[in-house]
Amino acid sequence: MRREGSPFTGLSTVALKEAADHMTSARMHLAMLLVLLTAIGAIYGAIGQIKNTVGQDPFLFLRLFTTARDPLPSFVSFLGFLLPLLAIALAFDAINGEYSRRTMSRILAQPIYRDGLLAGKFLGGLIVLTICLVTLWLLVTGLGILTLGLPPSGEEVLRGIGFLLCCIAYSGVWLAVALLFSTVFRSPATSALAALSLWLLFTVFWSMLAPLIASAAAPVDQFDPMSVVTNAELQQGIARASPFTLFGEMTLGLLHPATRALGLIFFGQLQGAVMGAPLPFSQSALLVWPQFAGLIAAMIVVFTIAYVVFQRQEIRA
Amino acid sequence: MSAPVIEASGLTKRYGRALAVDGLDLTIGAGEVFGLLGPNGSGKTTTILMLLGLTEPTGGSVRVLGFDPLRQPLEVKRRVGYLPDQVGFYDTLSARENLVYSARLLGLASGDAAQRIDRALSVVGLAEVADRRVSTFSHGMRQRLGVAELLVKEARVAILDEPTNGLDPQGTSELLALILNLKAEGMTVLLSSHLLGLVQSICDRVALFRKGRVGLVGPVDELARDVLGGAYVVEIETEGVDLAGVLEGMDGIAGVARSEDGRSRVDADRDLRKEIARRVVEAGGGLRNMTLTRTSLDEIYSRYFEQEEMSDAA
Repeated sequence: MRREGSPFTGLSTVALKEAADHMTSARMHLAMLLVLLTAIGAIYGAIGQIKNTVGQDPFLFLRLFTTARDPLPSFVSFLGFLLPLLAIALAFDAINGEYSRRTMSRILAQPIYRDGLLAGKFLGGLIVLTICLVTLWLLVTGLGILTLGLPPSGEEVLRGIGFLLCCIAYSGVWLAVALLFSTVFRSPATSALAALSLWLLFTVFWSMLAPLIASAAAPVDQFDPMSVVTNAELQQGIARASPFTLFGEMTLGLLHPATRALGLIFFGQLQGAVMGAPLPFSQSALLVWPQFAGLIAAMIVVFTIAYVVFQRQEIRA
Repeated sequence: MSAPVIEASGLTKRYGRALAVDGLDLTIGAGEVFGLLGPNGSGKTTTILMLLGLTEPTGGSVRVLGFDPLRQPLEVKRRVGYLPDQVGFYDTLSARENLVYSARLLGLASGDAAQRIDRALSVVGLAEVADRRVSTFSHGMRQRLGVAELLVKEARVAILDEPTNGLDPQGTSELLALILNLKAEGMTVLLSSHLLGLVQSICDRVALFRKGRVGLVGPVDELARDVLGGAYVVEIETEGVDLAGVLEGMDGIAGVARSEDGRSRVDADRDLRKEIARRVVEAGGGLRNMTLTRTSLDEIYSRYFEQEEMSDAA
């Protein structure tokens, strides 16, 4: 029971066409405008704040990404919040849109497999997201050089690129989620709503829910210190189910070189550590590696579910 | 008939407990225009999707151009063009861009593709609006663009699902002309429809579908003979004569039926107007009016299914 021919036939054609479509779509322009405006606002706020500080900082350039000035949040928290929205905007009608336009059966009657269509759509979205993020990253870096009058050091550039990769992986997860919903639900409105609900749940409510669930599952016993540890670990584990948490931890590890651990740490483990001393890049990368791998894994798992659902679907339109 | 282009045997598709296609046997030869006829929901589209490998049959086997659509779908889809019911295109792209996309999916070189696309667009009469967005196109234009796609593909088999659905009379006749053009290009055409009269004019052979089964297969004339006993109908209006009695025993007459307004209907297997007239006059009756019509497919269809209903009920 083997089928013949490569499943990747037509993959690049679909991906390039999707990317071209996204680039010219009004939806994408609006979403990008939103991201650009907030990003520029956040960066200006950060620059103003940085200029007011007189303390020494070997990683001043990275502060550009992470400094917040009231009432604006920092650039990274903006991205953590808005990147999913951008990804959802790209893919929420990827598959069900083909049905409602009645193009699905015509496209699948061309010599390609469904694999090629689905993967092509995902890849097309990812290409566009990557282009946008790289542009944004370059823009912010350029803005920083201009206003701070300070070129980034080699290490800062490395950390910046690491951050860029994390952003791509993070939006890739949401792209896969939106693609999954567009496969499962036949109406684009439903799939958009479902994706947005999940986005709200993970970015806003998850951090409130995690302690609740943890204290219900592993209540803290006043007389048992270990129960506090169990509770805290469980709480963190639950919080890490959200891509938003993982993204936050990655940016923390990469953009604050002094970060030594992302979980619980005992006093004994800190013996001999010079507090506040930055880690080298390789150590920071090691620190966020599990989070990064987790995001990639989530992306692949969600895409696989979408793939299975799509393969089993009846093509009737 | 040369080697069969499409060969299906015992093809079955089951959705849960409902049987959409039930043990279908079908053989279609090269260069034919073959019509799948039947009411909505009789399994025509399901059959087509199974021929293309877009739906997996529950049982039975299919061969299209010698390939198995389940195991070698790319080979099949490279050679078979499909125009779905109410075909859709990408609204934000122009007609030409839509065809360019299809041509890329086909793997055509861009120079070759551009040539084929220009030719196809002029054949279907869309050359002047080639660079307009498809969102401005009428239903008929979209349908013709779908035919253009088949031409670009240079398909050996064209499968059209309800191609004339929702078209105005002019659009319908234009599309039928285009379908005959496909045949002239050497394609084998398989089309499905519930509009029988239209199909009659262009199909070499038809298959009548009902509840997932093929009731009858053959050229329209042959079916008429089988079901109605004749391919010709003489409408006759007489005076002072018992027509059934007069025509009794006459060679080539399959039946005489009287309708309320004094007219009668005679089913015959050839043009018997002269003989009928002579008999009526010889019997002393008056002949007021007589017209000859070819049996329409609608009639075969409804008559056939009436018989089936009756045998079902029995």
